[in-house]
Order: sequence, then C-alpha cells, then structure tokens
Amino acid sequence: MAQIRIDQVRKEFGEFTAVQSSSFTIEDGEFFMLLGPSGCGKTTTLRMMAGLELPTSGEIYIDGEEVGMKPASQRDIAFVFQMFALYPHMNVGKNMGYPLRSQGMSRAETDRRVREVARILDIEHMLDRPVGGLSGGDRQRVALGRAIVREPKAFFMDEPLGALDAEFREHMAEELRALHDRINATTVYVTHDQLEAMQMGDKIVVMNHGVVEQFGKPQEVYDWPATRFVAQFIGSPAMNLMAFDGDVATGSQTIRMGDAPIAIPENRQRASGALSLGVRPEHIGFDDASRYRGKVVAAEYLGTTQIVTIDTPNGQIKARADSTVSVHEGEMLGLTFDPRTLTVFDEEGRALLSSANEGVLGHG
Amino acid sequence: MSSFSVTEPSRRMKSFAAFMVIAYAIITLLPLLWIIATGFKSPSDAIAYPPKIVFEPTLEGYVNLFTTRTRQTAEFLAENPPTTWYEKIVAQYGMVIAGPSRFGERFLNSVIIGFGSTFLSVFLGTLAAYAFSRYRIPLKDDLLFFILSTRMMPPIAVAIPIFLMFRQLGLSDTHAGMILLYTAVNLSLSVWLLKGFIDEIPREYEESALIDGYTRFQAFYKVVLPQAATGIASTAIFCLIFAWNEYAFAVLLTSGQAQTAPPFIPTIIGVGGQDWPAVAAGATIFLVPVMVFTILLRKHLLRGITFGAVRK
Repeated sequence: MAQIRIDQVRKEFGEFTAVQSSSFTIEDGEFFMLLGPSGCGKTTTLRMMAGLELPTSGEIYIDGEEVGMKPASQRDIAFVFQMFALYPHMNVGKNMGYPLRSQGMSRAETDRRVREVARILDIEHMLDRPVGGLSGGDRQRVALGRAIVREPKAFFMDEPLGALDAEFREHMAEELRALHDRINATTVYVTHDQLEAMQMGDKIVVMNHGVVEQFGKPQEVYDWPATRFVAQFIGSPAMNLMAFDGDVATGSQTIRMGDAPIAIPENRQRASGALSLGVRPEHIGFDDASRYRGKVVAAEYLGTTQIVTIDTPNGQIKARADSTVSVHEGEMLGLTFDPRTLTVFDEEGRALLSSANEGVLGHG
Repeated sequence: MSSFSVTEPSRRMKSFAAFMVIAYAIITLLPLLWIIATGFKSPSDAIAYPPKIVFEPTLEGYVNLFTTRTRQTAEFLAENPPTTWYEKIVAQYGMVIAGPSRFGERFLNSVIIGFGSTFLSVFLGTLAAYAFSRYRIPLKDDLLFFILSTRMMPPIAVAIPIFLMFRQLGLSDTHAGMILLYTAVNLSLSVWLLKGFIDEIPREYEESALIDGYTRFQAFYKVVLPQAATGIASTAIFCLIFAWNEYAFAVLLTSGQAQTAPPFIPTIIGVGGQDWPAVAAGATIFLVPVMVFTILLRKHLLRGITFGAVRK
C-alpha cells in the first residue's frame, strides 16, 4: 500500500487543457474521491496516475517513487473501469486470474488466490461461468476481484458504480467501503455523484474545468467550501448564494443585505463589490422578529423535512425546515441565518477567510 | 383465446415467408445445381435439347478434367485392354490417357495465391486498422480516404500500368506477384472493414490488460484479436472470394507458372471439342474451397462474442 502524490500535474490534448497544474496528496490507506462534473479532468487525472495517459508536465509519486513517465504495467496498481472491462472470451475465474498469470504466477497459486478473493466477494460459486450472463452487480464484483487478487499498491476506480441501477448502487457503495476498510488499500475513486463522494470518501478533491477547486475531508468541504463552484456542486439542495453589493472589512462580524444586518463569522480578508453570501438550506431559520424577510414560493414535502423555496431581495433561496413547521405559499417570513456557518464569497467566487473557515482553508 | 400477437407472426405470414425464402433459394441455387449436374453428364446429355433432368451419371467429365488423352487405333486398344475404371471410360471413345492435365497445378496455384493474399490482406489490414483505430495519426482521415480511393475505380482500369510494372520487376507470372496484387486490391477493403470492428471494441479491455502487466503488443494479441475474430473472419471471406474468383488480372498476368484456375477452366473447352461436362466439373471443384472456408468460419460470423460483457 502506498501514498500517492500529485505535484503540479498538467495535461494538454492539443489546444485543449484537460488538467491545469494540480497538486494533492493521497495518504496511505485512504479512500480518496475525485469529484467533479463531466469534463472536469477528474478521469484524465486518474488515468495519468494509472499510466494510461502521460502528463504534459508535473510529477506523480507512488510510494515515494516518481512514476509519471512509467508505463501502466510497471506501476503495480489496479484499475476498475466503469464498464468493467471483463474479457468476454474468458470465464469469471480466468478473468480474475489473468493479471496473476501475466506476472508469471503458477496455475496452482493463481487458483488459490482467486478462490480466496472470490470468497471475500461472495462470487466463489460462479468462477466457472462465462462473464456474459452475469448481472451488473456480479460483473462489478468480478472486476473488483480482478483488481484485488493482485494485491496492488493502489486501486484506481473510474465511476465503478456508474453503470449500476440506482437501487443497487447504494448497496455496492456500502460493500465497496466495507471492503476497503477490510483490506485497507489506498483507493482513488472518480465520481460525479457528490452523495457517493460524501458517503464513501475519507477525502475529496473537487475539480472543475481542469482545476482543483478544493481538497479535504467530506465534512470540511461541505461546511466550508473554498469556492462558489464547490458550494453549489456539493449538497442537495445546493448552498444558497445570496448576491449583495457591499464591502466587508477585516475583523467585521456583520454584513448588510438591504437594510438588514446579518451576523457572520469574523472576517479575515477585505473585499468589496458584487459579493455573495453562502448559506446551507438547513442553516436558515424562520423568525417573525427578523428584519430580513422573504416570500414563500413553494414548499416541497420530503417526510421528516421540507424544502421551502423563498423569494428574497437577494434572489431565490431554498431552506430546509422541519416538516412540522407550517408554511403557506405567498406568506412573508422573517429569516435568520446561523452566523457560525456562513461563508462570504468575493467577486471571483473565492471564499473569504474567516475565523470559522481559516482552519480548513487557511493551509491551502 | 386470441391468436393475435405482436411478437409472433401469424401462421399465414409464416407460410408466406417460408415460400419466399424457398423460392429465392431455388432461383439462386438453380445455376449452381445445373453446373453440378452437368459435371456428371455425358457430353451428349450435356447438350441435349430439351435439357435432361434425369440422366445416367458418369464421371467422364471429371476424368477428362484431370487427364490429357490421345486417340489410339482399335488394335492398340485390343492389345492393351483398359484396366482401371477411368481408362475404361476413355476407351469407349477410342482414346487412352496420355497423362495428367494441368488442372491440378492450376487449382493449387489458386489455393496458394487465394489463401496467401487473404492471409496477407487480413494480417496487414488488422495491424493498420488497429493503428488507425487507436492512435493519433497525423492526417488520419486523409489517409483513410486515400486508402479507400484505391477502390473507386475498377482495378482492371489500371491493368496496363500494372502489366508494365510487373514485367519490369519480374513479377509477371509469379505467385509472389499475384499475391502482392490481390493483397493490394483487398487491403483497402480489409482496413476499412476491420477498423469498424476494432472501433467497436472498447479500449478499456486493452487498458485493463496494460495495467495487468501486459505490453501493448500482448494486449493486442491476447485481448483485441480474440474479440475481433468476427470481423477478421468476415473480412477474410470477402478477401478470399475476391482473390479466388478474380479473372481479368489472372488472364493478363499469368500464363505458365502461376496461372490460377479461373483463366484455366475455359481453356478446357478447347481440348477435343466442346467438353461441357469437364468445364462443369472444373467449376464444381473450384467452388469447394470457398464453400468449405465459409462454412468453417460461419460460427464466427454468427456469434457476437462481446455480447453481454460490456454494459453500454
């Protein structure tokens, strides 16, 4: 198992820059998520780590060794593809044993390892079957099995659950996480599904347009987004971004939206112009005493909670409220925002450092 | 109880379909059956009018196809009575067998040139198609168009330049020359067909093999080739059919050494009158290799081997 470090890696395809100098470190044994919308460069980054693409510049270290220009076969890693890539002309057992045979392992030893892994994955009974007739989940298990038998330094997975039915995906996600905890292998996992990333990852990198937007633990990324993009990409519904013109001085603890003062964590970075206030739907409260008011447009009942859509002077926002709270369309509500959880974004969409988020964002 | 179904055609439609298939089969197979039957007729039965559907089969045509014969006096025949069945057939006409005909070696030439050029076309075509499918090649589209453009006129249109080139290079009437020519003609077809098949094979298979520790060539050999089997088989059949049946270049470029069966078969007619049964026998034997080859590869043509292994 190994630490993986990406240092100023960049990838260009002709004129198009797929990945702009990105750096991050994946610790030994971590379950690491590369998250972003399609075309953001996450898959390209993973493929460079695996050796399926060569970086235009920058260095990739696996286990302290620079491997950027080494072919995939010499990196001792395993890759699980979205479409599984099981060899259709081989049965389940042969598929799983294939990487071992390529290393020149004896037939008996290969068999023993394949059986052992098949037992872990609960696919022992289907070793002699052709892969064609297997269900999506079973094929995914076989693909995982083929990765695991090698006991590689790291597992790379490119949306491995993307091809499964929604219902089954959740089950496989749990299974995958449990498997990771059991064999404790460094795993890099590409997904565009923020829920999957939050659910499974020890750490998340959020990418957009080939740029690493943020890098951290799921909760840090959720609570303290570094950019407006991250704020909107993670969370469902997304973080509300309330636009306001103004100025925030260093040390300031309030902002003014309209004529209402709103308390924020103590600001550490001066900014002015077209700013926005980021607030998670669950951090909005209803209080008739508040001077900041909005009109209810719709309420969406979700069981224990409801999502209330509210028109405010600073744009439409969504609040998550207890479903016992009664709201009516057209009603004017006084709104409060939990001051400990707010983030102010500057004109470029970067989060301003504050007493609350500097612990997360301050170190880069 | 309703007999109406969306997926199951009605009984009447089924019988109609069966009738159409049988009618079509009869129309296409009739000339073939005619040729095969003629091969077993005697020369007089072969030209009888109205044509004889029922006749006494004889191997005369086949004997004539494989032998050369000379006329002998009745005394000679009386002194040396025919011993084998084929000598007896010939003796009815006052002839003796002088030696084997050249059909055997012409047929062998056809096999060497046909299969040789098919192998080369498919081998080179697979490599080229793989490269076109997987690598970033400068001017790729132009190159592919150029390759296809070699088939935009009938090959025989360039007969004279090729004739002169072959003469200059000493390739006229050689096996190598004919293999080269048929390979050149077939290669564009084979590159295009195989590129289509290889494009369909997801790259992930090779990438998976690369990560599993195989070299690029091993990945190609062990993962891509087995999955391209369907495409390779159908391409090989197309190439073989062209090379096997090609007539015009064979007439023009071969005579003694490397002559193939197509230009030879019509010459049989001139040996001792219009010997239609021998010609028909030659055509019948000539059909066999392509048929056998196609039947052998049939299972590859019908089997979609990637079925179910990839979820798209």
